[in-house]
Amino acid sequence: MSDRLTHLKELESESIYVLREVAAQFEKPALLFSGGKDSIVMAHLAYKAFYPASIPFPFVHIDTGHNFEETITYRDDLVKKLGVKLIVGSVQESIDAGRVVEETGYNASRNKLQTVTLLDTLEKYKFDAALGGARRDEEKARAKERFFSHRDEFGQWDPKNQRPELWNIFNGKKQLGEHFRIFPLSNWTEMDVWQYILQEDIELPSLYYTHEREVFERDGTWLAYYPFMQLKPSEQVIRKRIRCRTIGDITCTGVTISEANTLEDIIGEIASSRVTERGGRSDDKRSEAAMEDRKKAGYF
Amino acid sequence: MELLRFTTAGSVDDGKSTLIGRLLYDSKSIFEDQMEAVKAASERLGNEEVNLALLTDGLRAEREQGITIDVAYRYFATPKRKFIIADTPGHIEYTRNMVTGASTADAAIILVDARNGIIEQTKRHSYVASLLRLDYVILAVNKMDLVDFSEEVFNNIKTEYTAIAEKLNLKNVIYIPISARDGDNVVNASDKTPWYEGQPLLSLLESLPVKESIERLKARFPVQYVIRPQSDEFHDYRAYAGRLASGRVKVGDKVTILSSYTESTIKAIDEADKSLEEAYAPQSVAIRLSDNVDVSRGDMIVKSDELPRVDANISLLVCWLNHRPLSIGAKYIIRHTTDEVFGFIKDVYYKVNINELENVIGDKLVKMNDIAHIKIKTSKPLKHDLYAENRVTGSLVIIDEATFETVGAGMIVDSLEEQTYVI
Repeated sequence: MSDRLTHLKELESESIYVLREVAAQFEKPALLFSGGKDSIVMAHLAYKAFYPASIPFPFVHIDTGHNFEETITYRDDLVKKLGVKLIVGSVQESIDAGRVVEETGYNASRNKLQTVTLLDTLEKYKFDAALGGARRDEEKARAKERFFSHRDEFGQWDPKNQRPELWNIFNGKKQLGEHFRIFPLSNWTEMDVWQYILQEDIELPSLYYTHEREVFERDGTWLAYYPFMQLKPSEQVIRKRIRCRTIGDITCTGVTISEANTLEDIIGEIASSRVTERGGRSDDKRSEAAMEDRKKAGYF
Repeated sequence: MELLRFTTAGSVDDGKSTLIGRLLYDSKSIFEDQMEAVKAASERLGNEEVNLALLTDGLRAEREQGITIDVAYRYFATPKRKFIIADTPGHIEYTRNMVTGASTADAAIILVDARNGIIEQTKRHSYVASLLRLDYVILAVNKMDLVDFSEEVFNNIKTEYTAIAEKLNLKNVIYIPISARDGDNVVNASDKTPWYEGQPLLSLLESLPVKESIERLKARFPVQYVIRPQSDEFHDYRAYAGRLASGRVKVGDKVTILSSYTESTIKAIDEADKSLEEAYAPQSVAIRLSDNVDVSRGDMIVKSDELPRVDANISLLVCWLNHRPLSIGAKYIIRHTTDEVFGFIKDVYYKVNINELENVIGDKLVKMNDIAHIKIKTSKPLKHDLYAENRVTGSLVIIDEATFETVGAGMIVDSLEEQTYVI
């Protein structure tokens, strides 16, 4: 008679509890699906939480237009398999409509622009809760997040004035026009996510496994090369065997030189890694409080 | 691998952030890029040494002011266990954060500066650990290097604290002499404290028997959500989804559904596409019953021979969390497990002076960070246990009806007429 669940089982149970609370407490929730491993795990947990009924909320993908095509293929296959509705918010459309202005220069990225598209999409469909795959171990500002994170009518996060969250009692009450961001994976670490993917045998986009690709090095980070990216004169595009440790927008996702071909290889690689998974994310390096500032404005 | 959740408390300069930084660093949970960021920030803020506290103070305002504002959660793992730290600030005005951090913890590490010994804040932290019913308190006597690793200093603190622990009814207290800055007795046993026979802190955390198993308590299954697929294949499927708050249930158990007192039998326990013979806390499952009965969110499924208390008159120890004081006679929203009702505050019996560890009768103004014994009357009876018996079915939060803010955290206790909760 085992007295305790394993840590993965306990985390799974906690996340499923949160997902069910969202379905029960909100009128119109949505799951923010990026095609990255965390949102894939979240989708898997949502499948388990409501089985044999289908997942009672749509998936929302904020497409920067600079996504790896493998991500898009994977996304389309998954929503078909799960039978959920997919809503795509397009950053390109936000640019075309003049809602945001495209960054220029070598480090141009649409990462920050996503916030406007995200908030516009939530507003357009009147979503009152948006499920995100962010984890507290990822970044120091995220370590302060609640499971149920309140956003005012401007979509802003007020880190100094958060609702206390005690035991496992979640308060999703809000005024008209406000919404919640919900983070079912709050207590998971990168390693937990990978071990869970292995345990549950979850299929991932091929980008997470080693493959050959055109890359170039910038500020000590390897980036995948796409023709829309502006190279500095010193930067050379070469072919290397790489894999992604995290997947975001192409412009800010650092890739890892790796031969890891299986989940076991990946777990071994992460266990011996001396940098965090966001170490290759240039979006976090813009300033010391880059994540906090983006989150306050309504970022994921 | 098991999970241990603990909280850390200490006053401003007790070295709490340094200790956490040390645990993370020595367990190799800090990565090079994080270390470089901390080094750069330390230099910018004019610190001579690398300030490990900057690893944990995540918000801009915290880093500028050099204080911790909000509960932060930290994660590390050893080959034996995975740990979640709820790192709570030690300032007087942040009792509510300590209560929040302790609410999900199995154990508390309370830091004491060896030079100062037990201070008011130590008592406050200990009171919170006792109030929230943590199974273990580790009293870490820090900065032992500044008192020449004196056994006498350590023993004096220990003696003084033993009296407090007794008064607060803390059952398992463990004392460790450490130096967080230099790492003595944190991960490795220190050769400077030959008189200390216990384990270093990390080994202790790895081997603490995890909470008095909630699985051995009476079974409580608050219904969260009803799963009813509208598909041909599962046309007649109807299951009650939830997370077992305590105990275990198995197929064939005779159960009672509260509040209706309807009886039925567990026909199946589903975990997604797998059917289980039995489930135990804190598993999330979906239960199917043999009879077609009316069950919805907020109901509770229990074994028929283990009924909980069902009552609308509830006595609470409440920690007030909002800058607007508690209002006697006012109506609030009460959230208890998956149930939601209205509640009137009937009376304030006494407030707790947690610095002196005394009850104050007559003062009925309950402000932010105050702890008080109150009585409420709910619009529907709550299916509950005492907090001392069950941390899930014995806890509730109070929500302001107008602002929807969470304004109070309540732990259900026996009413004053029956028994006084003495500290």
